[in-house]
Amino acid sequence: MSPAQDSATRSTAKEVLSIARQQRLQDFLFHRVTQFFSLLVLVALLGIMGSLVYNAWPTFEAMGGRFFWHVEWDIVNEDFGAAIAVIGTLLSASIALLLAVPLAFGVAVFLTETCPPWLRRPLGTAIELLAAVPSIIYGMFGLFVFAPLFADYVQMPLKSLMSGMPLVGSLFGGATNGMGILAAGIVLAFMVLPFIAAVMRDVFEITPAILRESAYGLGCTTWEVVREVVLPYTQKGVVGGIMLGLGRALGETMAVTFVIGNANRLPTSVFSPGTSIASVLANEFGEAQGLHFSALFALGLLLFIITFVVLAAAKTLILRAEKAKGL
Amino acid sequence: MNGKRHFLKSLAALALSASALNAWAADITGAGATFPFPIYAKWAEAYKAASGVGLNYQSIGSSGGIRQIRAKTVTFGATDAPLKGDELDKDGLIQFPAIIGGTVPVINLDGFKPGELRITGTVLADIYLGVIKNWNDPQLVALNPGKNLPNQAITVVHRADGSGTTFNFTDYLSTVSKTWAEKVGKNAAVKWPADTSVGGKGNEGVAANVNRVKGAIGYVEYAYVKKNNMNFLQMQNADGKYVSPDDLTFAAAAAGADWFAVPGMGISMVNAKGATAWPISTASFILMYKEPGDKAASQNALKFFDWAFKNGRKMAEELDYVPLPDALTQQIRQRVWSQIKH
Repeated sequence: MSPAQDSATRSTAKEVLSIARQQRLQDFLFHRVTQFFSLLVLVALLGIMGSLVYNAWPTFEAMGGRFFWHVEWDIVNEDFGAAIAVIGTLLSASIALLLAVPLAFGVAVFLTETCPPWLRRPLGTAIELLAAVPSIIYGMFGLFVFAPLFADYVQMPLKSLMSGMPLVGSLFGGATNGMGILAAGIVLAFMVLPFIAAVMRDVFEITPAILRESAYGLGCTTWEVVREVVLPYTQKGVVGGIMLGLGRALGETMAVTFVIGNANRLPTSVFSPGTSIASVLANEFGEAQGLHFSALFALGLLLFIITFVVLAAAKTLILRAEKAKGL
Repeated sequence: MNGKRHFLKSLAALALSASALNAWAADITGAGATFPFPIYAKWAEAYKAASGVGLNYQSIGSSGGIRQIRAKTVTFGATDAPLKGDELDKDGLIQFPAIIGGTVPVINLDGFKPGELRITGTVLADIYLGVIKNWNDPQLVALNPGKNLPNQAITVVHRADGSGTTFNFTDYLSTVSKTWAEKVGKNAAVKWPADTSVGGKGNEGVAANVNRVKGAIGYVEYAYVKKNNMNFLQMQNADGKYVSPDDLTFAAAAAGADWFAVPGMGISMVNAKGATAWPISTASFILMYKEPGDKAASQNALKFFDWAFKNGRKMAEELDYVPLPDALTQQIRQRVWSQIKH
């Protein structure tokens, strides 16, 4: 090698090295920056958790563990319990899921399996649009359109039909004004249905065509294909979609506040007005002070925990199902 | 454009006050009660046109106003439920009324004109206690002879959010009904005992629920009764006379009040004496520091209220509030504002 060549190689090597160093630095910075951002999420989460616990502490000190099951929300005498709001939250969310999940499943199956292609896009877009409607719109719809219809055409007939019956009669008692936990559950169902349906449709669509076609080739009916092929394949996504809906139903504030009746009492009939954690928070924060203020934070913490437990339960369910299948 | 300029202005004001360089008159800051917000906003607009000084009032609720003035983030706090003398002394605050208004029971019953039906305080309390459940209850029939009250269940509507209106209403019920005072009490939000009670958010929420539900009864600020043309009840006052709500009956309730009977002028105007007094009248109060940290801002705020007391009467009447009588505003200037050290 001539000295000239040698120096040329050396300078190329130097160049390569410097580029490599630069890239390493870039990689390092990129890694750190993205890491910082993800840690920021964690810090925010812990911060929220910490401030909730900090502000809720006086309530736990004053009420003790009783706060969680005590059936009372008396602001004047500063006697606070979470039971009424928790029951209202869980009841309205469960009613919503009971109604929305089967419907959403039907919508998704229709869209992916039996819908004529020309209808598929407009219907799919309509559902996505429904999912994007702000919740206050659902609340207004619930109060001004749904509640009067519900009172006249559901509550009144049901009440007159059932009120004479022994035992179950009292379950349908109370004022028929269209507001209450049942009404809130139904409005919530309207709200979460497009969410669940959109997710279910998306995951049903990713089922490999080859699996589906093979099943049809074996002579399966549409229902058998959905039950034996599509559902097992997309289980995780389906549960995920339902959990997304449940999460929204649990935390929904405005739509529920409009129709649930905002009464701090345990429901005695299916038409009873009640309250949910989110609507208590929305209603009472403005004028709360002292222990009341802290009790609202404790409720917020509880909602946080409930949502967390629900999500964790869903995750473990999926994991266990996967283990059982040996995946 | 305007909004942007305003934003920049308030940003500049913030920066200036932060560096304690109050060379020019910054906007007055206040926070609190929602009940007087419409009139404060109206006064602020007119005052800005007259003097060039704006008012930034956040209607975040009475207890929010108390919190903000205690945290010294605003020049004045506003509250519907007055603070007691010892609470004022503890923080070195003064308190004075700024405006008077009234709370009115409203109903939704077909076939009756506004103000056609009558009610007494104790019967109203029994309805809200859930003891009287039906419109043709003997007690209601006895109060309204010759009126064909329907066999209709009563739905009780209340405020779901904490509010000065609720304080005023429950203050009245506690005054006239011993059972109410013992079982429920008075507060910005209470535990509503009636089985049928439902909550609406804000005056508009209560008004919407009452207008929607047949047989409903609720309570709202007077302005909402007029605005929505709602069916209200005539109330029996402390003198046993039946009166309808309007600015005259609210003023009559204020006339009989002995404002300096309690420290901080925090008297309750409910069930006031006087043949034409509306029984559920209330004043809304202003809180300020005796020794303000920012003296210029405090002076500006007083100038604003001084101007509003002098020039804001007509605006108040237009919005269905009752302005304070001149004799009273003179006393406020002499006996209350003089306590502030400038």
